[in-house]
Amino acid sequence: MTEYLQNNEDTIAALATPAGVGAISVIRVSGPKSIEAVDSIFDGAVKLIRANTHTIHYGRINYANEVIDDVLVSVFRAPNSYTGEDSIEISTHGSQLIVEKLIKSLLEKDIRLAEPGEFTKRAFLNGRMDLAQAEAVVDVINSRTEASLRGARNQLDGLLSAKVDSLREMLINSSSMLELELDFAEEDFEFLPKDKVIEKIDEIIFEIEKLLQTYSFGKVIRDGVNVALVGKPNVGKSSLLNYMLKESRAIVSEIPGTTRDVIREEFSLDGILFRLYDTAGIRLTEDAIEKEGVFRSRDAVKNADVVLFLNDIIDGFAEDLYKELKQLIKEDKILKIVNKIDLLHNHNIECDVEISAKTGEGIESLFKAMKQKAIGSESYSERGAVVSNLRHFNALKKAKDHLVQAKDSVKSGMSGEFIAVDLRNAESSLGEIIGKVTTEDILNNIFAKFCIGK
Amino acid sequence: MHFDLIVVGGGHAGIEASHAAAKMGVSVGIVTMDKTAFGRMSCNPAIGGSAKGHLVHEIDALGGVMGQIADRSGIQFRVLNKSKGPAVWAGRSQSDKKLYSVEAAKIISSTENITIVEDSVIEAIEEDRKIVGIRTLKGNEISCKALIVCSGTFLNGLMHTGLKSTRGGRFGEQPAVGLTESLIKMGFESGRLKTGTPPRLKLDTINYDILEEQPGDENPQPFSRRTDKTKFPFLPQISCWLTKTDGTVHQILEKGFDRSPMFRGLINGVGPRYCPSIEDKIVRFSDKPNHQIFLEPEGLDSDLIYVNGFSTSLPEEIQREAIAKIPGLENAEMVRPGYAIEYDYFPSYQIDLSLETKLIKGIYFAGQINGTSGYEEAAGQGLVAGINAALKILGRKEEFVLKRSDAYIGVLIDDLVGKTINEPYRMFTSLAEHRLLLRQDNADRRLYEFGHRYGLISDDEFKEMKEREVLITKSKDLFEEIKFKPDEINNLLESKATNLIDNAEPVSKLTKRPELNLRDLLQELDHEKYPLVKSLLANEKALEQVEIELKYEGYIQRQQDLIKKMEKLEEVKIPESFNFLKLKTISNESKEKLHKVRPRSIGQASRISGVSPSDISILLVYLKN
Repeated sequence: MTEYLQNNEDTIAALATPAGVGAISVIRVSGPKSIEAVDSIFDGAVKLIRANTHTIHYGRINYANEVIDDVLVSVFRAPNSYTGEDSIEISTHGSQLIVEKLIKSLLEKDIRLAEPGEFTKRAFLNGRMDLAQAEAVVDVINSRTEASLRGARNQLDGLLSAKVDSLREMLINSSSMLELELDFAEEDFEFLPKDKVIEKIDEIIFEIEKLLQTYSFGKVIRDGVNVALVGKPNVGKSSLLNYMLKESRAIVSEIPGTTRDVIREEFSLDGILFRLYDTAGIRLTEDAIEKEGVFRSRDAVKNADVVLFLNDIIDGFAEDLYKELKQLIKEDKILKIVNKIDLLHNHNIECDVEISAKTGEGIESLFKAMKQKAIGSESYSERGAVVSNLRHFNALKKAKDHLVQAKDSVKSGMSGEFIAVDLRNAESSLGEIIGKVTTEDILNNIFAKFCIGK
Repeated sequence: MHFDLIVVGGGHAGIEASHAAAKMGVSVGIVTMDKTAFGRMSCNPAIGGSAKGHLVHEIDALGGVMGQIADRSGIQFRVLNKSKGPAVWAGRSQSDKKLYSVEAAKIISSTENITIVEDSVIEAIEEDRKIVGIRTLKGNEISCKALIVCSGTFLNGLMHTGLKSTRGGRFGEQPAVGLTESLIKMGFESGRLKTGTPPRLKLDTINYDILEEQPGDENPQPFSRRTDKTKFPFLPQISCWLTKTDGTVHQILEKGFDRSPMFRGLINGVGPRYCPSIEDKIVRFSDKPNHQIFLEPEGLDSDLIYVNGFSTSLPEEIQREAIAKIPGLENAEMVRPGYAIEYDYFPSYQIDLSLETKLIKGIYFAGQINGTSGYEEAAGQGLVAGINAALKILGRKEEFVLKRSDAYIGVLIDDLVGKTINEPYRMFTSLAEHRLLLRQDNADRRLYEFGHRYGLISDDEFKEMKEREVLITKSKDLFEEIKFKPDEINNLLESKATNLIDNAEPVSKLTKRPELNLRDLLQELDHEKYPLVKSLLANEKALEQVEIELKYEGYIQRQQDLIKKMEKLEEVKIPESFNFLKLKTISNESKEKLHKVRPRSIGQASRISGVSPSDISILLVYLKN
């Protein structure tokens, strides 16, 4: 028996905040020896082993006759902690050196370094969160922007779980009506008429579709938006980039082909992370130095969610480049932009947005257009359930397919037991999202995705 | 005195258990309080129905006798759900109760190796946690190697009508006292369940002229594959009659609620939700103005009518008064009031999938003692217990366990072992995730192999089935290959009002159209060119199987997909020595349930009621570590 439990008897520690960033770093320690171990290196007004749960204590960490840092220590006692075990969170100053020393001192107290996702795994094992919540934790860890954090937290609060659970319940209700007819054929129940069955299935399909539509939004919120900046040399790509970043990291120059490499910059707009790739131009070139850059540019375009296709108001629409572009990416991802409207006011170039990278004119409309391209015109309430995880998206899609099949069966006059086959499949697909049918595969996948420190 | 196997009770479970074990070659002593009461139908005079009909077919395919007894004593046969697909077609028969008993007794007394012991078991004797014998009310001690307890509602049976309660296992019969106490002394846990039965009316006091008649099918179908179809049906066929309650009836019944043993809390046992008493129906479905009543004759020369749908334990005078207000029953004479009966059962986590108890080797439980309800459920368990007890006695190192994908019997027993029974358990088709595969029509294909292995299905029957199987497989393959060209088949398609084809299509594909049947399609083929088609057309059973499998292929495939997903969990085995109590990370409730049931696979664990999916995830992670 012990071999099954051994792994969770250990006390583990790791940095819980992103490495090397922020004024404060938090180190989390969890397991039966956590409080005792930290107490042995902690010097404060209160002995931690006697401290109540959910209390914070100021003190110093001393190790090997050296003061490592002034810290705040939070004590959580089982089962009321993140992991459900005794645990400690040490807030130190955000220095890499301090963190390293602190962790090293803990490791010498019979504590081992946590494996990726191990804190969350323990929380899950201790019944502190369900599967969807556990997955949302991964998203919190990976989230880069405020909106992402809000989206992930909503999920953590079980919004998606609750929504899917309610859909599953609707489905089970409809199934029950069909089953009733099969098992109680003789009794005088009023069975669900066929058009009512279809109506109920449609209702669920409609709700699933609504959820599916949030996916691009959810994904954008989680992963950010890749934006490729494409245009002929000297069309003002770097100027636009600079304007957007409001700082001049890319070299702005009049010499064609200066931007030899793909420049990547990030900025956040209304809580959405935009990742900008300035390309060297996607034309083929014989120039040995440029060749590598061209290769990378094409890649950036292929992976883009939005392509900003820049045209010079003087030179007109770059037909040849556009043709090349269309071979790399779907046309609906391309935003056609005319730049340098400060030079000329009238033009008949085909475009979606007009700007001046120099004066900033039209940039607001560009931002709006970029956002719309990325998340669609629908406005989503971030307080609603949002699908941001591919596994959830696929499961919902599968559920919808099964429901469509069930509807076909109803229409072609099949009896309840056939309709039930697809309804059960749909039910099982929804169940996968909230862990109601959990397979080892799902767990493996989830636990492999956790990053260290959570 | 000694028998290899002692079977306690001569009901539907006892009959199958004794018959199967005796045929397998062990000596069987069947202990019954009344040797004229074999297979007595304590409640309704019917066999089969949705899911229950499936059980009867499976019992028959395994070599059991219920189907034959029902065929010989049947006075009405119907197939339910005929408007739906073949998976939910279910045979149901009305039996002449007396003849049912007579036919059952004939089988018991004509089977070699069975001795009837008219007595009552008051104690089971164990040594070193193994059964060694029993003591009876008449003071006999009989030794045995195995004991099957299938005592129905007789263990400390208590019948209620109004505030009057009578000890007994069935109307006019004594309860069995002592056995429960002796089992509890060994360490078994027992509980109380409740079931009920409606009043019986006098046949010739009912005004049939104003009632709706419910006749049997025009072409009655027998349950058993061994029943001689040329002589079937054996008995004259009768009709049942329909009527219903109304507000006046309900008002009268309500007057008696203050003397209802149920509502007064005098009954401790839990009753079934699917078969509620009429007073329960009125309370729980108060918006329903009427409740359907089926009047079922109890036999050809019986003067009793069974009032199906009117199970009650209200005081006798209330029952009488209410019945007089039901259309058609104005002048009906109530021969016997309805009653509720409470009895001991042994929560079924105490048995294994072989139906052997975990506590005492050699003791098996079957039927209502496991918390089930219904003749068919009891018979199915009796058969499995009988085969397993015989295997053990014969020293054959195997267990007869049917999987959920094999049979409804497999679903039934798996549910019993894994789920906590809160009410008498009844079989439903919706409990079978493999519903499209577990059909009545293919019960033999699913189960003959087992029946034959244990000597319950004859070599001839088995051989015929094997040959049929080859014909089915070959035909299915052939029909994927043979294609109809448009000009060969469009005439038929037109006459059947279905879309014409432009390109050649295989027979298998055309068969899937609801408007077409396989026989018609095959008539269009050149039989000289395809001798296989000729053989198939001559074999009705094989033809039926091929047609069903082709027609519903897509659905069957999709059901299989879902099942495969679940079966992955079935493959994750839990070591026998696994200590569930040491799992500190799951709720105490789950822990205790897991500890009680001791599931051997994650799949089995996942079906235990009260064990949540996250508990299963945790278990999975522990098993992986």
